[in-house]
Amino acid sequence: MALSRRLTSRSTLISHPLSAAFNRFISTDTTPITIETSLPFTAHLCDPPSRSVESSTQELLSFFRTMALMRRMEIAADSLYKAKLIRGFCHLYDGQEAVAIGMEAAITKKDAIITAYRDHCIFLGRGGSLYEVFAELMGRRDGCSRGKGGSMHFYKKDSSFYGGHGIVGAQVPLGCGIAFAQKYGKEEAVTFAMYGDGAANQGQLFEALNISALWDLPSILVCENNHYGMGTAEWRAAKSPSYYKRGDYVPGLKVDGMDAFAVKQACKFAKEHALKNGPIILEMDTYRYHGHSMSDPGSTYRTRDEISGVRQERDPIERIKKLVLSHDLATEKELKDMEKEIRKEVDDAIAKAKDCPMPEPSELFTNVYVKGFGTESFGADRKEVKAALP
Amino acid sequence: MASLLSRFCRKVAVPGSAHGARMVSTTTSCGSETVKSLNLYSAINQALHIALETDPRSYVFGEDVGFGGVFRCTTGLAERFGKNRVFNTPLCEQGIVGFGIGLAAMGNRAVVEIQFADYIYPAFDQIVNEAAKFRYRSGNQFNCGGLTIRAPYGAVGHGGHYHSQSPEAFFCHVPGIKVVIPRSPREAKGLLLSSIRDPNPVVFFEPKWLYRQAVEEVPEHDYMIPLSEAEVIREGNDITLVGWGAQLTVMEQACLDAEKEGISCELIDLKTLLPWDKETVEASVKKTGRLLISHEAPVTGGFGAEISATILERCFLKLEAPVSRVCGLDTPFPLVFEPFYMPTKNKILDAIKSTVNY
Repeated sequence: MALSRRLTSRSTLISHPLSAAFNRFISTDTTPITIETSLPFTAHLCDPPSRSVESSTQELLSFFRTMALMRRMEIAADSLYKAKLIRGFCHLYDGQEAVAIGMEAAITKKDAIITAYRDHCIFLGRGGSLYEVFAELMGRRDGCSRGKGGSMHFYKKDSSFYGGHGIVGAQVPLGCGIAFAQKYGKEEAVTFAMYGDGAANQGQLFEALNISALWDLPSILVCENNHYGMGTAEWRAAKSPSYYKRGDYVPGLKVDGMDAFAVKQACKFAKEHALKNGPIILEMDTYRYHGHSMSDPGSTYRTRDEISGVRQERDPIERIKKLVLSHDLATEKELKDMEKEIRKEVDDAIAKAKDCPMPEPSELFTNVYVKGFGTESFGADRKEVKAALP
Repeated sequence: MASLLSRFCRKVAVPGSAHGARMVSTTTSCGSETVKSLNLYSAINQALHIALETDPRSYVFGEDVGFGGVFRCTTGLAERFGKNRVFNTPLCEQGIVGFGIGLAAMGNRAVVEIQFADYIYPAFDQIVNEAAKFRYRSGNQFNCGGLTIRAPYGAVGHGGHYHSQSPEAFFCHVPGIKVVIPRSPREAKGLLLSSIRDPNPVVFFEPKWLYRQAVEEVPEHDYMIPLSEAEVIREGNDITLVGWGAQLTVMEQACLDAEKEGISCELIDLKTLLPWDKETVEASVKKTGRLLISHEAPVTGGFGAEISATILERCFLKLEAPVSRVCGLDTPFPLVFEPFYMPTKNKILDAIKSTVNY
């Protein structure tokens, strides 16, 4: 099946959502293709969904492109951090892209997602632009949080992306609250509250689960199990590494998080379940290639062999690439060209973000409270009011 | 000598004076006084080694401490004392501190590490409601004096909202615990050993900016620096400056600059914030007549307010100018705006001059 080339004009990077930029290479062919997931699902207190996932040429190619874009973006962020253009803390998602992409494919922008600090790719998946990502990482005015959040605090209100949280575990009760609001408003939408294997041991998770189950809230708790809570391996931190069973009375599903189609199937299943029966836990078995953050080499608590082993055998992008090639949807050269174009897209976004100015100094004081309730700042002698802050 | 001291510390009841438990410093009496140039995390590491060596019932635990910790303060401990005494915990601050309180209640010394002071809040209930009140509400039947909670605090240049906070003011409001903040490697080793051996629960904040930056000659032997005793680290006549932790280095720079303009500044390191040494500060302010307090935490409700109010009560007629507080702004700790937020040398210098010229 040859790829139908559409020579649309090159789209600008700033405001167009990701999909518009794809038009060059992505076929609009929606004839269904059925893909088998790599592994069967393991279920707790529910019947697992089938291993056959409905997809299409367009979806397969767009999976490849978006994941390659996410990967390229994270690698570029790595270089920017080392060049000291990004300061503070930077937690990279490369290796885990399949979770972000599979989830997006199964849900709408009305469904909410809330996660911890490894949020760059989730933000991109929710429709954020590369420019907003890099501008926020470098603390510039046009970043998605106006430069005031940084790497750990990406938000996108119009796509129901509730961010970007520094304190792990704290986002899960918040997510259940959002689910409550959705149920109250009869929105037929669900909330995906994401957390990691480290945060799975926080007490607040169990509080949130209990409340969600008690009131049948449409909340889906997604544990992105990359097997290391910063430097601590999961077997050292948890008595039961079966995070999908941790809900006890709440059903759960264990999913191969490196297989985008398994993720998509699981999220679709979870959404249907949550809207009818209340909370469900999804455990995504995934892996991160980088260390916990840019300050962590990632090799003091795991072997390089382990990292390269996962990269060779389970890399999510390689898996999609093999599927694309085996289904004859594109040639090697076409995929390589796509990657080159992605690289250029990322470089362009970085160049534009570098030119963006920093926020105004007065922004230090904005949005502490709602306008009009701010504090006063005195001069050194504490007599003269130097500024009444908004 | 050191083990004698630890037995002595365990049995001494806390006297009623404002100074808290007085402990004998062993800096002069121990045999050889070999010193070594160490940075802050190495000094803390040495203190932990000594603490575990001298008391077989002491334990160090927290997130990721096994391999040395994120700031390398616990390097070598697990290898030397074994995984039964130095171990990693899961990611649950509330659980970790509660667990530590229980251990301490059975007569052990629990040295708990909270990875960043910004993460201490889930444990706040345990510290305030359990640790601080245990001895009081059990009529002295039980206590968790063996508990010491260590946490890196303070700005580091690029930490942002959740890696730079200074939460000392929250804990200073809780009778029943002690709050200690060292300013340098030599102080840190002595104060940490005192805190661990103090028969009250102690929250020990370490200025993370100084972990690598500060280097000092630190004696290699076991020594302790008394708690609740402030130190005048620089003598002067015109104005008293009070601070703690990393902020003292900034204040010292301001003092040097002020001296060039003919203002003689007296600088005091509070060391222990709760219970704090009111006498030393009072004596200094009665001499100079002016007071300036500086800390990184936001100004409203910061610990500077307590110092200001107390000194006002004690030295009202001797004060020549209102007490000046040069502190962080009343905003969440910002990301790119950190240089504006921080109480910098120039802000302090400005305040010194306007206070002196009041």
